This record gives sequence, C-alpha cells and structure tokens, in this order.
Amino acid sequence: MRVSKRATSAIALSAAAALVASGCSSGDGDGDAAASKDGAIVIHGVQPENPLVPSNTTETGGGKVIDWLFTGLVEYPNDGGAPRNALAESIDTKDSKVFTIKIKKGTKFHDGTEVKAKNFVDAWNWAAYSPNGAQNGSFFADIAGFDKTYTEDPDGADGPQKAPMPTAKELSGLKVIDEQTFEVTLAAPTAVFPTKLGYSAFMPLPDAFFTMKPEEFGKKPIGNGPVKFVSWQDNVLIKLTRFDDYSLRDKMKIKDVDVKLYQDETAAYADLLANNLDFMEVVPTSALAGDKWKTDLGDRGLNTVTPSTALIAFPIYDKRFQNPKLRRAVSLSINRQEISDKIFFGTRKPADSWANPLTPGAKPGNCTACKFDPTTAKQLLTEAGGFTGEMVFYYNSDSSHKDWMDAVAQQVKTNLGIEARAEGIPTFAVFRQNINAHKMTGPYRAAWQQDYPDVENWVNPLYVKGGSSNDGLYSNPEVDTLAKQASSAPSLEASHEAFAKAIEKVDQDVPSIPIYFYGQQSGHSEKIKKLELNNVGELDITSVEL
Amino acid sequence: MGRYLLRRLLQLVPVFIGSTFLIYWLVWSVPGDPFAGKCGERRCPDQYVAYMTEKYHLDQNVFVQYGNYMKNLLQGDFGQTFSQRDIGDIIATAYPNTLKLALVALAIEAVIGLGAGILTGLRRNGFLDNLVLVSTLFLLALPVFVVGFVLQWLLGVQWGIVKPTVSSEMRFSELIVPGFVLGSASVAYIARVARTSIAENRRADYVRTAIAKGLPMRRVVGVHLLRNSLIPVVTLLGTDLGALMGGAIVTEGIFGINGIGREVYRAIVTKESATVVGIVVVLVVVYLLMNLLVDLLYAALDPRIRYE
Repeated sequence: MRVSKRATSAIALSAAAALVASGCSSGDGDGDAAASKDGAIVIHGVQPENPLVPSNTTETGGGKVIDWLFTGLVEYPNDGGAPRNALAESIDTKDSKVFTIKIKKGTKFHDGTEVKAKNFVDAWNWAAYSPNGAQNGSFFADIAGFDKTYTEDPDGADGPQKAPMPTAKELSGLKVIDEQTFEVTLAAPTAVFPTKLGYSAFMPLPDAFFTMKPEEFGKKPIGNGPVKFVSWQDNVLIKLTRFDDYSLRDKMKIKDVDVKLYQDETAAYADLLANNLDFMEVVPTSALAGDKWKTDLGDRGLNTVTPSTALIAFPIYDKRFQNPKLRRAVSLSINRQEISDKIFFGTRKPADSWANPLTPGAKPGNCTACKFDPTTAKQLLTEAGGFTGEMVFYYNSDSSHKDWMDAVAQQVKTNLGIEARAEGIPTFAVFRQNINAHKMTGPYRAAWQQDYPDVENWVNPLYVKGGSSNDGLYSNPEVDTLAKQASSAPSLEASHEAFAKAIEKVDQDVPSIPIYFYGQQSGHSEKIKKLELNNVGELDITSVEL
Repeated sequence: MGRYLLRRLLQLVPVFIGSTFLIYWLVWSVPGDPFAGKCGERRCPDQYVAYMTEKYHLDQNVFVQYGNYMKNLLQGDFGQTFSQRDIGDIIATAYPNTLKLALVALAIEAVIGLGAGILTGLRRNGFLDNLVLVSTLFLLALPVFVVGFVLQWLLGVQWGIVKPTVSSEMRFSELIVPGFVLGSASVAYIARVARTSIAENRRADYVRTAIAKGLPMRRVVGVHLLRNSLIPVVTLLGTDLGALMGGAIVTEGIFGINGIGREVYRAIVTKESATVVGIVVVLVVVYLLMNLLVDLLYAALDPRIRYE
C-alpha cells in the first residue's frame, strides 16, 4: 500500500505515487560506518506533556521518545505494510478470541533485567485499572474482564458523582503461562487485536516500575528498546544513547541522540538551516509558503505523506445538520484541489477516501461525496429544503487553520449561496471542551491520525455509536452492525472486506467530510547520510547513518 | 532612612498578596477545561480527569485553592504542574537563565544607550546627533520580533557568525545577540532620555560655574554633569530590569532560551494557576525591590534628596 519513504524510482508506478511529490535526498550513498559508530546527532523535540510512561502518553512530544525507548510485541514496518513480530516469537490464535503470545528469550530492559511475559501482563493490568488514571486505559477494552477493572464515571468527570471502585484489580483475560508465554482472552473475537500490539499502550514495563511512583519512573524511564534514556532537563534537552545489549533487528547505528526541546518551530528551523540541528520532522508552516523550504534546504529536504486526514465534522446532535442530503451538498461544494494548490502549495493532497489510503485495508477513492460538483450540490440543497441562518465553520485559532477554514466557508458560501463563514475559537482546550460537551453549533475541523495501521482504526472510533472520537454523535444501526461484524471477522482480509461495506454506508450518510490528506516536509543536516521515516513520519532513529 | 526603608518593606506585603491573588484568580477564570485538549482529538478518559482533578483540588472554589496554594508557598512548596513537574525546580532552572539574559540586555542598554546619550547631549545638532536620532527612531519603530528574526537570520543562518539559538549551557558570548534584541527598544529610550537630560543640565548654573572655575572638561562632565543627569536614566534602567524579565517571552522564543517567559506562556494557555503565580511571585518581588533600590539610589545621586 505504502511506498517507502526513500524510494524515488518506484514512485511513479505505485498507487500512492501521486501523493509523494518529490523524492528525497538521503540515501545517496551508504553511511560511513566508522563515523556512524560513535556518532551523535541533535534532533528537534518538544517538552513531553507527561512523565514518560507508555500507557499515559498520548501526545507526540513524549510519544516519539517512548517509541524509541520501547520495543513492543509487534512493530510497524516503515513502508506502512502489515505489522510483523518484534519482541513476539509467535502470536497464535484459532478463533481471534484466545491468543497465545510467546516472546523471544533473553531480551533485556535497560536496567539489565530480562523481559518476561509477566512484564506485559503487569503493565497491561496497571493501565487497565481505572483508579491509576492512565490516558490510554481504554485501549485494553477488548480484553475479557475490562468491565470489572475499568469503571466509568456515571455522570461524566464534571458531575458530582464519583466512579465506583472497580471490583477487580486484574484483567481476567490475561494469564501468565510460563516465563516466555502468556495467554490473552478477548471479550469478543477481534481480528485486528495483534495489529494493535505495536501501539505504545501495549509496551512491557520492568519490575522496577511497580516499586515506585509512576511519575518517578516517568522522569527516568527504563525501556527495552534500541535507545536508552540518559537524562532529561525540562524544556531543554532529553539525552538518549544506544542500548548496547539490544538483540533485536533494529539496533542503532549511531551512539548518542540529543533531543533538543524547542518551544518555537522557527528557532528550530533556523538551527536546521545553520546545520546546528540534525533533524526536524516537520518544518514550520511559514517555510512552506512559496516553497521556501525547498530553496532553503535543497536536497536536505524530505517530502513525504503521513496516514493522517483533515476532516470537517458535523454536529449531528444539532437538528439543522441531520439531513444527509444537506451534509452531502456541503461536501460537494468544496473544491479540495483548489485548497490544496492555493493554500498548501500542493503539500497536502485533496482527500478522496474515508480512510487514509496509506492505511492497510483502506480503499482509495471510495468517498463519492469528496468530488467537487457545485451543480449537484445546489440541487441536493434544494431537495434538503435549503439551509436557514448562518453556517459557521469552527476551528481552533492557536494553530494554523484559519486560511483553509476560511477557504472552505467561502466556497460553501459561493457555491451553495448560504450564509457561511469561519470562526476561530481561541485555544485547542476550549475548542475540545465544546466538542466534548456536544455544544458545537456548526461544522468544525478535526484531524485523525491512525493509532495503529488498520482500516478498523478509521471506522470504529469515528463512525460507530459510542466510538471514542465520534464527537458528532453520528449513529446508523446499519454501520454499527457491519462494523461489528467486520471487527470480529476471523481473518484480517475478511475484516477489511467487511469494513469496506460499512464505509459504503458511511459514504451515503456523510457524517463528516474529508478535506485533505496530510503531507509532511522534513529536513536534515548535511551530517546525516542516510535516514528513514517510520510509518507515521517520525524519524526511525535506528536507520540513521552518518 | 531606616524608618523609610521599613515602611517601604511593609508596603510590599499587601501589594504582594493583592497581586498574587489577582493573578491566581485571572488564570483561574481563563475559559477552557485544562484537561479538554490534553488527549488530542479524543476526549480524555473520565478516570484520568477525575484523578487529576482530585490531585490538584480543582473541584474546590478559587478562594480555597488560593488559600491552599499560599499555605504551601509559605512553607517553600511551589506545587506541581499538570505534567507533574515541581514548579520550584522550573523556577530554579528558568530564572537564572532569564536573569542572565536580562542582565546582558541591561548592560548593552547602559553602555550603548548612555554612551550615545552623552555624546549627543554634549554636541547637539551635529552629524552624530542626527545619526543617533535617526537610528534610535528606527529601532523604536521595529517590533522586537522583527529585530530578532532579522538578526538571527542574518548573523546565524546567512553569515554563520553565531549559532542561531542559544545552547543549554547559556554562555555569555551566546547571549550578546539575544541581549541586544531584548534591549534594543530600551537602548533607544535611554539614549534619548540621557541626551535630553544632559543637554538641559549643560546649561545649568553649576555647570557654568564649574567651567568658569577652570575645571578640566572631563571632570565637569564626569562628576558634575553626569551624576545629576543620571536620575531619569537610573529610573528607566531599574524599572526596565523588571520589564525585561517579564517581557522576554518573544526573545526567549526566537532564540530557544529556556527562560520563564515560555513557562508563563505555556502555563497560562494550560490554565496552571500555580505555575503562573509561582513565577509571577518572584517577578513581583524583583519588581518591588528594584523600585525600592531605584528610590534609594536617587539619594546617592542627588544629595538634595533625603528620606524621612
């Protein structure tokens, strides 16, 4: 599905080819092994929001470091393909319900203790026990016994009532068989479960974690990945180094990595231009205008695509947006190509499918509502009985969304003849608060990046009743049934086929409108001779050669 | 003098309590739920929100929260941020950085500003005077971020004379460019105030007397003229140190300095009253003490001023 970040020649032939505008520079020659061996690089980072505990990290600042510090049961190849075993020796199942997981023998945590089956089971139990307050707790919902360890607050977090104490401390579906084997029983068959295991919530934790406070551990995390934690100076620097006892596939080729924590992207960009910084994942928006970054960086720039999509979601709890014809009319009146060309200078691609096409199992071009067809749009609007009042498109103005949201509103206004405008909400926090409370009074921007590479992650959380990010409260029993069948299909292939059917139904209802697929523009210093980006566009630190 | 000092110090107490409460209350009333935007595009689990709310006593009203905060503060405990870092540590690492930057800026202001002021004040309407007038007007008209980005781009990226950002060691040599940027607007003010003040006193009776007495020019300017003309400049410099420390947000951002500016900004956005107040407490104390120091310096500069 996904082309390699570094492949330049094969691009023209691939289906995803059009998405990768220009190839990248690195990999002109193999690195100098001697220079690499003791080499050190400085890369761009932002201060993690929380102590570095895998199951309590949901933002990218800390997530990136977690991904380097830990190796999970499975890993996602950089080319975006199907996950493969990393720490797992084998993951066996007959019915997609009971999984027997065997881990490789003799791998070590950074403190020298061996990684055993128990470390997984204990870590998962800790995260799934709701009083521990782990942000990723809900990722364990598939496992049998989750309803006993994880209780919901009956009136939400703001209400006066408190969540009842869970009746069990451990998930009944987890069982240690021997030092290297454990058994996972799910509440219902879930084909995609092994795919999820590469997500950071499922990382093992060393015994030391359970003897100290999580926040103490998170300040000096002990992982089991190719990179070892050295020190963390708040807001300044996270120092990492190679873990010499690492025995799995992806050993580091360089020695030291300093993650310099910037508050300002433009400061980092200036450092990158002056070769004072070795890698920056996303160049600032200001450098995209007029393709400035290409002139600035030359062959040090990388242009790639990431499995993320920008959407505009409808508050379906608002009566005015309950007619699918109206929603489709709005979607058809948006000229995505023009937004991509004029506002993003081609760095984002017009969306034409519901799941991002880089995701395994996703079908490209299956969004029939994503075309630009003002004539049909007008006709649909008339059939829907028009739209009275003002249609306000909301976005959070603490990030650069104003331009494209203004363009969307303007196009809707011109092409449908309704009073449309875009309005910024000052901060992401206030914006999300209104969305969470279901108080939005107009369509609003949203973005979705997959947690794990499978089309399931683009349907269940977004379009199924009660999904974790179904903020617009879209509900269609047909979609729910199809998605449920797809989730519990015996194989991934069958599951993907069934999800395609569910998406066809979603396409008829247009609960949200995909606008563009994200692109990513990165840059590196002259020092780096070779590098790869992982499946979500982060630096694959183990691939770096100098 | 002693009584005056005591009275001024006692005045600090109500100002301190009033300002910290106002700030606590202001940050508390910033709209938005601190945990609404913390989990990206999905809502945070209720359990997480409940855990954090209880940990930080966010379910109490603002007076109780402030009371708790003050009680801990008086015992030397600044509390924790929502990311569970000790605010005391943040202040201890970020303040020296900001102070260093502010002192460099102040030194640059004093040297360039005062130098230009004296030269132009003594030789008014000459070529130099016009040059300084035009260049200070130019500096005043430019916003700090323009000066910052232009210098960073020119010196750091284009010519490669300095590194574009400041390293974590915060060497003084690295701080010259950021210090100049931070002090650039004040340089202009100081030059112009010093110029006017010197030009005015140049015509005063005691200067004429000193010259008539046959004192060498260096002594007339250095001792008699300068000392009397410094009062407005010292006022400006003293209050400026406070302003520089509080207002370094932009400069710190451009040059990647780990100072208090970025912390305050981050804390306001994430509604961390405790962090904002913790940092501002120190700022308020610095500001109040600087003002007191300036007032006391007047007496040293001008013997006519006495304190009761």
